[in-house]
Amino acid sequence: MRVMVFVKATPDSEKGLPPTAEMTKMFEAMGKFNEELVKAGIMLSGDGLKPSSHGKRVAFDGPNRTVIDGPFAEARELVAGFWIWEVKDMDEAVAWVKRCPNPMLGPSEIEIRPFYEMADFGEAVTPDIIEREERLREQLKDR
Amino acid sequence: MADGETLRTIETVFRIERARLIGGLARLVRDVDRAEELAQDALVAALAEWPQGGVPQNPGAWLMAAAKRRAIDGFRRDKMLARKHAEIARDRDGDYDAGAEAIEAALDDDLGDEVLGLIFAACHPLLSAEARAALTLRLIGGLTTDEIARAFLSREPTIAQRIVRAKKTLAEAGLTFAVPRGEERKPRLASVLEVIYLVFNEGYAATAGEDLIRPSLCAEAQRLGRMLAAAMPEEPEVFGLLALMELQASRFAARTGPDGALVPLTEQNRGRWDRLLIRRGLDALARAEALGGASGPYALQAALAACHARAAKAEDTDWPRIASLYDTLRTVMPSPVVDLNRAVAHSMAFGPDAGLALVAGLEEEAALATYAPLPAAKGDFLFRAGRRGEARAEFERAASLTRNARERAFLLARAAACDS
Repeated sequence: MRVMVFVKATPDSEKGLPPTAEMTKMFEAMGKFNEELVKAGIMLSGDGLKPSSHGKRVAFDGPNRTVIDGPFAEARELVAGFWIWEVKDMDEAVAWVKRCPNPMLGPSEIEIRPFYEMADFGEAVTPDIIEREERLREQLKDR
Repeated sequence: MADGETLRTIETVFRIERARLIGGLARLVRDVDRAEELAQDALVAALAEWPQGGVPQNPGAWLMAAAKRRAIDGFRRDKMLARKHAEIARDRDGDYDAGAEAIEAALDDDLGDEVLGLIFAACHPLLSAEARAALTLRLIGGLTTDEIARAFLSREPTIAQRIVRAKKTLAEAGLTFAVPRGEERKPRLASVLEVIYLVFNEGYAATAGEDLIRPSLCAEAQRLGRMLAAAMPEEPEVFGLLALMELQASRFAARTGPDGALVPLTEQNRGRWDRLLIRRGLDALARAEALGGASGPYALQAALAACHARAAKAEDTDWPRIASLYDTLRTVMPSPVVDLNRAVAHSMAFGPDAGLALVAGLEEEAALATYAPLPAAKGDFLFRAGRRGEARAEFERAASLTRNARERAFLLARAAACDS
């Protein structure tokens, strides 16, 4: 299953502080963790986001579109970074998140959200095409 | 922590660490079966201790230390020990006394390598492709024999026996569980890639209503491919295979219609293609090419898939490029089926007569004598060349050869359309 793992913002991350020695150390630890994720074959993607002062929101109400400039209040509700992982289940995602070094200097939170699985394999292929030869043909046709 | 939750945590941690543990232990005891047992012993120890003391900071190192302790106890108890083994035991004992920190450091250095060594052992050319696939799924994927049997539409005792035999063969061969180097490396790596792609294809062929374990084989193969890519960043064909799998998997959701019928590539809703996997596939392909592997069989097949992935609409497909890729592919992976696909690509790139010229040479091919796609392709070339009567005969012949009802209906409809 695919999950998105959100690193929540904190008042500090929202300030976009210039890196201190402490933060450099934190980034190093995070780099090592990222390497582990890659080695385990679960990391599909991941990145950090700038503070919400760089962001914008667009509010929808019927035909109206209102643009709101950042920064936005409630740091806990904001996202500072994310990963996309392919894991076997939520337990595995939780186990990996627990191994994550502290993502922020102060207390912080990481949230895990599973993707909808588009196909969910329910509507997959018809049962009459299991013949190996036909399968080979499908693969080649696909290329 | 509640008891049930602790148990689940321990099981999950073990699942994550299992392959690494078995790989490391196999190097110590030179026997996968024993390594698996020792890993299991470590799990039992964790189940006894962690609910009280909590999950340790570095659970992997803890499990490895516990398993090594068991291994050393085993060495000591065994009166029939060779002297060499006793020495290993003493050495390892020293390691252990040096504390978890040293083990942790060793683990960190060697991490990918231990799993990698295990993958190479499980995919050893001494074993049949089926045995390699089963053993890889068991040791690295952590699937149970029952799950593997269901995945391969086989019976559990058959798979269990296959795994037991495979382990025995490996033990008798006296493997070191190291990553092969030098001359040995290339054929051994080819054997690993073959197994991973076999697992992927088995999942890709899964059908509606089947056990969900089958499609999950694709995810398992992709994970193995990603692990391999992380562990062997200099091997172009590893990236070629990874690219091929990511690109093929990107079309999962689009390859069947609402009625369950297969949707041909050119008619798929490209909005349903998985952009993340396409990007990963294209990146992996670029990496394979940068490493000088553009003409490897997996990289070439990935490059073909990439031509489709790059086209926002079917009409944008770069057919001349596909035709030229097939020209190369048939030299590194000769097969009449590749030749037929090459003819189709040439017809799309250079017109139906180009296709007809190439297909003419294939009609003598015994392997394709009753192969429905051959007359189907020829019928299409003739139809596009305006030779309707001949096209009709080919479509009818193709319809008589196919065993797929849906496809037969499609071909007969094309035959009928030749009259209008």
